[in-house]
Amino acid sequence: MPRETLSIPCRVESLAVLAADGQLDKNLEPQVPDADLRKLYKTMRASRRLDERCLMLQRQGRMGTYGPSKGQEAASLGVAYGLNKGDWFVPAFRETAALLWRGWPMHTWMLFWGGYEAGNEVPPGVNDLPTCVPIASQCQYGMGIAWGCKLRGRGQVAAVFCGDGATSEGDFHEALNFAGVYNLPLVMVVQNNHWAISIPRHCQTAAQTIAQKAVAYGFDGLQVDGNDILAVIAGTREAVEKARTGGGPTLIEAVTYRLSMHTTADDPKKYRKDEEVKEWEPRDPLPRFRGYLKQKGLLDEKVEQVIDEEISAELDQAVRNYEAHRFDPLAFFEHMYAEMTPDLRAQQAELKAYLNRKKIETTEAQRHREEGENNESHRRPTAAR
Amino acid sequence: MAQLTMVKALNLAMAEAMRADPNVLVLGQDVGQDEGVFRVTEGLLREFGPNRCIDTPLAEAAIIGAGIGLSFTGFLPICELQFDGFSFQAFHQIENHARRFRNRTRGRYPCPLVIRMPYGGGIRAIEHHSEAPEATYAHLVGLKVVMPSGPRNARALLRAAIHDPDPVIFFEPKALYRAFREEVPDEPETLPIGKGVIARRGRDVTLISYGAMLRTALEAAEELEDEHGIDAEVLDLLSIAPFDAALVNESVRKTGRAVVVHEAPRHCGFGGEIVARIVEDSLVYLEAPVKRVTGYDTIIPYFQNELTYLPDTGRIVQGTLETVRF
Repeated sequence: MPRETLSIPCRVESLAVLAADGQLDKNLEPQVPDADLRKLYKTMRASRRLDERCLMLQRQGRMGTYGPSKGQEAASLGVAYGLNKGDWFVPAFRETAALLWRGWPMHTWMLFWGGYEAGNEVPPGVNDLPTCVPIASQCQYGMGIAWGCKLRGRGQVAAVFCGDGATSEGDFHEALNFAGVYNLPLVMVVQNNHWAISIPRHCQTAAQTIAQKAVAYGFDGLQVDGNDILAVIAGTREAVEKARTGGGPTLIEAVTYRLSMHTTADDPKKYRKDEEVKEWEPRDPLPRFRGYLKQKGLLDEKVEQVIDEEISAELDQAVRNYEAHRFDPLAFFEHMYAEMTPDLRAQQAELKAYLNRKKIETTEAQRHREEGENNESHRRPTAAR
Repeated sequence: MAQLTMVKALNLAMAEAMRADPNVLVLGQDVGQDEGVFRVTEGLLREFGPNRCIDTPLAEAAIIGAGIGLSFTGFLPICELQFDGFSFQAFHQIENHARRFRNRTRGRYPCPLVIRMPYGGGIRAIEHHSEAPEATYAHLVGLKVVMPSGPRNARALLRAAIHDPDPVIFFEPKALYRAFREEVPDEPETLPIGKGVIARRGRDVTLISYGAMLRTALEAAEELEDEHGIDAEVLDLLSIAPFDAALVNESVRKTGRAVVVHEAPRHCGFGGEIVARIVEDSLVYLEAPVKRVTGYDTIIPYFQNELTYLPDTGRIVQGTLETVRF
């Protein structure tokens, strides 16, 4: 028999638990303690409001270019919830909600987009990596971390994030291939938000789903409704359990939508229709989860008000911390190597002397200017040398 | 004549080349519908359609690899990479293939492609968006590396790059994209790749720079004249591979003093090559050691502190005074 359809031992499934209209599939509903549900809601809400605050700061010129994750909160938060503190969390750059869950302070997120090195300072007590800007490159070191977890044998797993655009990069392919070959405890999460700047998902790959790419690497793919936090939690739990017990990697495609712009540097009106955004708005993960909690009697207007007030206070404090951030302008010479090289030491000293001199000159020029203004004879302030 | 920003001037060069030759293609991420993240490809999709202004999936290596292959089939591809920091994801295609194919196939398969990418700091961007990796590429012999410094020369050099028979890395100083306008002639204009120009004539000292730092060097030259009575000559290299060593040596032999300015780190920066060529060819004409005013040997600080890192007129003036008063 020279020709037959092969039976490939990998599955590609799709999972949704809580529909946009609030319908719940009781059989698939993950068991989550009430206190956790409330905390998850608060985190999701906090992430949304942090996004809004950062956008506002950017518009007021108090922050740099900002990349919002509006609409994608459930996709990252559900994964973070499925991990232990000691598991590894490897973000791309739209995992704001998950980072808050993992204990990253809000002001650290602001510092990153505000142009400060301190924005990449990983909080103590978690095995997290900082934001990763070069698309898909994090898949490779994330895979290496998963490998390390396997070799160490402590039952840790690595959850690595990227977007739909990243699946076109060689790094994505190479990392998943290794993960399959070495049967690594990797949960690879693709936040398919349908847009890579201006390129829609259907122009990114001819494949029907991203989840099915796992099959080619020899493991299972799971598509989850990424705007349904219950589906994300359920899917992650399965994948994490499998990884922790030696079952190898899983590719999770969290189907979500970028409700906002890529970053504040672009205008989505140029490349996508408002109608498409309107279609996705009712599928927003936040009101959907709110409805679920209300149904369960875990949320009412009073509780929501308290939550919002707490978030407001946290946000205000975060902005104060962010704007009070001071740094040593010479500190960028540090951490280039474990030990500063003689060249670096010399360059740092050179810059220090220059900055001191500039400060003196500015002060003197200011004094000259003032004196000039006083006796009205001074026309052109020149820096004293 | 029109007053154009560098973005518009580069756009003009591409549109002219695409009109004149159906083999000229533009490909990259977001170059079509979005017209490029810096809008350099504005209007090209509209005028030339999706087969000539091509939005690709997100894969730098594939963009360059495709460009190499397209060039073998007679096309003249212009590949856009969104930022220099992401060019390293295409590095193996550039290093292993684009720069070598002519040599490997003894001339059968040259790679007449252009790789455009914005480079340099100063626009308050997040990390990986502000580097100056020109020396890395200049070291890959087989590539030509072009560093325009203004709208007019950018347009003329891009035209030259598109028609150049070899692969050209075209570094666009993103800080200058919209910093100023310049008269750009209506008629297409070409500047030879590998030739620098004297941007300002002077007698006392030679300032050598390129790209975004050229403007800063020119401002420093004005300050040197106004406040110190020093008449600096400023050279704009325009290309660093090939490198116009003759222009540099001629000027240095006249002034006897040289200051090299670039924003990339000093260690193995292109300034090292410039200094070496001066020392090799004009040592006996030197009145003082050659000075380098550059970025530091660090990762460029995040944008709140990037101006501390980038050479400013003060540092260039100080470096020049040390050279002149040696």
